[in-house]
Amino acid sequence: MSGVVLAALLLILIVASLYLFVAKPYWFPVLASVHGGSIDSLFSTVLVVSGIVFIIVQGMLGFFVARYGQSGNERASYWHDNPKAEAILLISTAVILTILVFMGQRVWASIYFVDAPADALVIQVTGEQFSWNFHYPGPDGAFGRTDPKMITSANNIGLDRSDPPAKDDIVTVGEMHVLAGRPVKVRIRSKDVIHSFFLPNLRVKQDAVPGMAIEVWFTPNRPGAYEIACAELCGLAHYRMRGFLTIDDSQENFNKWLQQKAAEQ
Amino acid sequence: MHEPHTAEHAHPQLGFWRKYVFSTDHKIIGIQYMITAMAMAVVGGTLSMLMRYQLAWPSLLSPTMAKIMPDAFAGGVMKPEFYVSLVTMHGTIMVFFLFTAVLTGGFGNFLIPLQVGARDMAFPFLNALSYWVFLLSCIVIFSALFVEGGAPLGGWTAYAPLNAIPAAGPGQGTGMTLWITAIALFSVSGLMGGLNYITTILTLRTKGMSMMRLPLTQWSLLVTSILGLLAFPVLLAAGILLLFDRVGGTSFFVPAGIIMNQVPLMDHSGGHPLLWQHLFWFFGHPEVYIVILPAMGMASDILSTFCRKPIFSYRMMVYSMVAIAALSFIVWGHHMFVSGMNPFLGSVFTLTTLLIAVPSAIKTFNWIGTVWGARIRFTVPALFAIAFVSLFVSGGISGIFLGTSAADIQLQDTYFVVAHFHLVMAIAPLFAAFGGVYYWFPKIFGRSMNMTLGKIHFWVSFIGVYSVFFPMHILGIGGQMRRIYDPTQYDFLKPQQPLNEFITVAAFILGAAQLIFLFNFYWSIFLGKRMTERNPWHATTLEWTVPSPPGHGNFGDELPTVHRWPFDYSVPGEKEDFIPQTVPATVVAH
Repeated sequence: MSGVVLAALLLILIVASLYLFVAKPYWFPVLASVHGGSIDSLFSTVLVVSGIVFIIVQGMLGFFVARYGQSGNERASYWHDNPKAEAILLISTAVILTILVFMGQRVWASIYFVDAPADALVIQVTGEQFSWNFHYPGPDGAFGRTDPKMITSANNIGLDRSDPPAKDDIVTVGEMHVLAGRPVKVRIRSKDVIHSFFLPNLRVKQDAVPGMAIEVWFTPNRPGAYEIACAELCGLAHYRMRGFLTIDDSQENFNKWLQQKAAEQ
Repeated sequence: MHEPHTAEHAHPQLGFWRKYVFSTDHKIIGIQYMITAMAMAVVGGTLSMLMRYQLAWPSLLSPTMAKIMPDAFAGGVMKPEFYVSLVTMHGTIMVFFLFTAVLTGGFGNFLIPLQVGARDMAFPFLNALSYWVFLLSCIVIFSALFVEGGAPLGGWTAYAPLNAIPAAGPGQGTGMTLWITAIALFSVSGLMGGLNYITTILTLRTKGMSMMRLPLTQWSLLVTSILGLLAFPVLLAAGILLLFDRVGGTSFFVPAGIIMNQVPLMDHSGGHPLLWQHLFWFFGHPEVYIVILPAMGMASDILSTFCRKPIFSYRMMVYSMVAIAALSFIVWGHHMFVSGMNPFLGSVFTLTTLLIAVPSAIKTFNWIGTVWGARIRFTVPALFAIAFVSLFVSGGISGIFLGTSAADIQLQDTYFVVAHFHLVMAIAPLFAAFGGVYYWFPKIFGRSMNMTLGKIHFWVSFIGVYSVFFPMHILGIGGQMRRIYDPTQYDFLKPQQPLNEFITVAAFILGAAQLIFLFNFYWSIFLGKRMTERNPWHATTLEWTVPSPPGHGNFGDELPTVHRWPFDYSVPGEKEDFIPQTVPATVVAH
């Protein structure tokens, strides 16, 4: 009896996971970047492979517990080794996993081992408890000098406005604009503790580590308004270290925002 | 039935305190570990219930909670700093003070001498000392909940600089210092225990108990203890360095130029935050296996006993454990794919991580092979052992997504990770431990637990854990970050809130089912059915040949002689469907 109930529960588990992972009542946030497509399809590939294994293994376990309950004085089979079957399982597992490693590494390499295009928009991102600061170089394309000693509550990143390249720099708090189709390179820093710069829709996540400037790049491709989150526990208000990302649909709209922000500096 | 007490007579009768409190008997120490770890589990579990309450109804006003905990629920809503301290303390208590302690300290202590055929541990005094230092570490970590500023809020992984700088948040002062102290004490206790377990298994095996005749529980405890002996010193050293950074003005993990709340931190320079992560995870990943390996060993032995069938491929079970242990030291970087570590290392750690999946898969195949053609007795321990296999598979498979570095970019630090590690290294081991308690309880206390309550406990728990932890994968795919106090702050997470509510209701039911277990456990110690049989499950290993509970010195006048491996179930041509290890070889030899 217990065996049949356990088997039924394992069957429900298989059906429920099929519903969750195939019908997808909840799924990834809407995709808005080029490389995110390859991450999502890698996820789907791993899902198919591991899903098959999951169903076979849970299914076999369920079938066996339903089938091989004790009855009367019947004895269990006495066998405990099968080197050939073991070798086949070992080798096929290793082969499947190796294939997955290489498929995964192709995507990984395309993200990390390829330099950002020269025309990429560079934005310096600085995390602090509990907000994100964005530093745009302005029309001259050069970032002004920053100095920790100049940090005040009005100058979060300590930008030295007397430095000539800093004159046209734009600094915003919690607000980031990029242009659809134009690659973006973010240079991520932290002022205090470790944060993690997370763009859920763009499949971008990179820790912000104090003492390091870490660069990642991506190409946004779906105009719209999105959220920025912190993914690394950074203190009591980690949960509301939220920012806003706008992917502008045209150069005009993007420029308009830049001009508006420049006027506010 | 008359039980021989010759061994007991050889020793002077000890008073209550020497016999049950300041004992050097491995069985008493095992019980002490078990009961202390269970008390810590009650604390850790209660914290998780508070977390689930907050995650489901983040802004619900609760005047009741405000009355019970006026500080934490000022104004009727939980404070965010209280929530993150719950996260930290829940993780710390469960990983160290429940799982590490109960599996090696509890079951390890009770079972090692009994299953290898020894009268006690190699170093009984060191063994007792290990327990008392463990108890001290429990008291220290528990006290962190009540100090000024509250418990630390930096997570059980204690990343620097958040946990290196007292000004980084409430709880990061005294609370964090107590955390480090407790972990250091725990490491020392673990080292004393581990040294003992290794020495006992290697040197005190009785006549005929060759390594390849050890029950898998013993192999798992041996491998785990070696892992602990190599991993805990790294944590201990890292913890001491972190303490120096906090109180001694050193900069191992703190770089120059930190500005905390607009105030520059002038007295630090030259440290690196990633150094902490490398040290922590160099310990932390083997720690995962320190928890899961004994669970695998116990589940294997219990499974075989109730399948009435030998474990499938004993040799591969042993080799895969050794392989897992060796590989566990070269996979730590998969916790750090997006940490800022060189992406080339990400490739290397992906390879090693998927490599370690191979021996884990082998073990799974072997459990399935054990059930195949069995004649299963669906006792409570059997149900827990079978469920262990299902849970280990469910939790293990999601590891393939996370181990694939490119897929991990999106999943890192989301509930997908929470789902993965809870199933594979918390819930699966928990089920193995429950199976172990129901299985060995008659031997430990001489009484049986109530099996009707046991079955209720099992069914509610099995449905409960899947309802709680399986949907967390979906939350993580949707992007919900770990350790956040209020998911509804984000528009992209709001549609998933019904899932959070579902999980919380399931968690409350799951938590309530554990009360049944606690009641059953304590009631049965004093009032459970007395065991007259030495071997109620018809098992083969040595502990079932002695009285329940075993007397001081375990084995009467003469130590047993072992003639066969521990898996002779349903040997064709034999009268009984099990042959204890002490029975000389007649028909089938091993």
